[in-house]
Amino acid sequence: MEYFTLFVGAVLINNFVLTKFLGLCIFFGVSKNLNASIGMGFAVTSVITMSTVLAWLLYNFVLVPFGLTFLRTISFVVLIASFVQLLEIIIKKQSPTLYNMWGIYLMLIATNCIVLSVPVISVTNEYGFLENLVFAVGSGLGFALALILMASCREKLDFADVPHALKGTPIAFIVAGMLSLAFLGFSGMI
Amino acid sequence: MSYTFIAIMAVVIMTCVGIVFGFILAFADKKFAMEENPLIGEVKEALPQGQCGACGFAGCAKYAEAVVLDPDVPPNLCVPGKAEVADIVAKLTGKVAEATEPKFAHIRCRGGNGIAKMAYEYKGVHDCAAAKIIQQGPKLCKFGCLGFGNCVRNCPFHAMTMGENGIPQVDKNLCTGCGKCASICPNHVIELLPISAKVAVSCSSKEVGGVARKDCAAACIGCGLCMRNCSHAGGVKVVDHLAVVDASICHDCEEATCFAKCPTKAIAALVASAKKEEKIG
Repeated sequence: MEYFTLFVGAVLINNFVLTKFLGLCIFFGVSKNLNASIGMGFAVTSVITMSTVLAWLLYNFVLVPFGLTFLRTISFVVLIASFVQLLEIIIKKQSPTLYNMWGIYLMLIATNCIVLSVPVISVTNEYGFLENLVFAVGSGLGFALALILMASCREKLDFADVPHALKGTPIAFIVAGMLSLAFLGFSGMI
Repeated sequence: MSYTFIAIMAVVIMTCVGIVFGFILAFADKKFAMEENPLIGEVKEALPQGQCGACGFAGCAKYAEAVVLDPDVPPNLCVPGKAEVADIVAKLTGKVAEATEPKFAHIRCRGGNGIAKMAYEYKGVHDCAAAKIIQQGPKLCKFGCLGFGNCVRNCPFHAMTMGENGIPQVDKNLCTGCGKCASICPNHVIELLPISAKVAVSCSSKEVGGVARKDCAAACIGCGLCMRNCSHAGGVKVVDHLAVVDASICHDCEEATCFAKCPTKAIAALVASAKKEEKIG
C-alpha cells in the first residue's frame, strides 16, 4: 500500500511537469505530435528509472560512507550524462530501429532537469532501494502522461480556430497552464 | 573529520567517478563501434556540399547516406551537381543515372527602380517577407519582385547579386538550379528554366492589361501578340493576362519570333550561355 501511494503520488499528485514545473523544455519541444511524444515519454521513463537506480547506488555506497553527500548534484550530473551516452552507444549498435525512434531524444534527455531532479529528490527523502525504484518509475510515467496529454491537446489545437496572435507556442502555454490547474485537483488526495 | 580530509576525499572520489565512467564509455565505444559504410564517405566527397536540400534530404551527408543504403533513392537527385555528379554517384553506388537537363533560375520581373510604380515608401526591415506583410509590398504591382534580396542572401552558391535597378541578377555560370531562391521568394517570382530554353517571360503580373501597364512600364499586358507570332502552335499562351511559355513545345524552336513584337519587351530571347557547360564542378 505504501508503494502504491508513493507511485500514485509521483504520477499524479506531484507530477513533475504539471505541479513541479520540471522538464518543461521537452514538454513544449516534443509535444507537437502524438507519436513523437509517446516515444519521448517512454524514453524518458526508462532513462529516469535506470539513472535513478544507478544514482541511488552511487549515493548510498560511495557518497554516504565517505560523508560526501554534498557532492550529489555534480556526481549525478556526471553519472547521468555518461549513462545516457552509454545507452546511446549501445542502442545505436544493438537496435538501429530503436535508435531511429529514440536516438534524437536521448541527447535531449541527457541534460534535462527532470532526469536530475528525480534522483536528487529521491536521495533527499532517504528512500530505500525499492521505494526509490517505484518513485522513479512513477515520475517517469507521470512525465509521459503529461507529455501525451499535451500532445493530444496540441494535435486538436491545429484544427481549432485560435486567434492569430495566440497561434503556436502561446496557446500551448495556456493549455499547459490549464492542464496544470487540472492536476492541482489531485493535491490532497492522499 | 577535518575539512582538509573532506576536501581531499571529494576530489579523490570525483576523480575516481570520472575515470570509471570515462573508461566505461571508452570501452563501450570500442566494443559497440559502428563501421560506417566507406561508400557513404566517398559519395559525400563527390557531392557539391551546398547543403541546399534540393535533393529532398537534409543536406549532402543525409543524401549520401540515403543513396548508398536505400536502393530506391536515385543517384541523380543532386540538382546543383548536374550530370557529372550524378554519373559519379551512379558509378559509386552501381545505380543507373537518368539524364537530367540542368536548370537555372530566371527572375520573372523587370520592374526595377523607376520602372514599377511605388504605392508607398517602405522603411521597415530589409526583408522581402517583411515588406510583403504590409499591403502586399511597397510596389503598386503585387506580383513582382519585392527587391529586398531574400533570394540573394539565401543562394548557397553566391550566384545572385542585387542589380543596380533593384532586381536581382542571376549569374548563369554559377547558378546550379537548386531552386532555393524560388522557394524562398514570397511572390514566387523566380522560376527554374531548362538551360536550353530559348525565350522567357520576365513578368509575373496577372492584372488585366490596363492595370498592369499603369503599375509598371515593363509589365506583360496580356495582349497576345506573342501567342499569335509563335512559329509553333501553342508555344506561348496567355493565361490570366500573362504570357506563359510552354517549355515542352518551345524546346525545339530554331528561330523564335514570338518576342519580336512584344510592346513592353516582357517576353524576350534568352542569351545562350555556352560557358555553362564547361563550368560545373
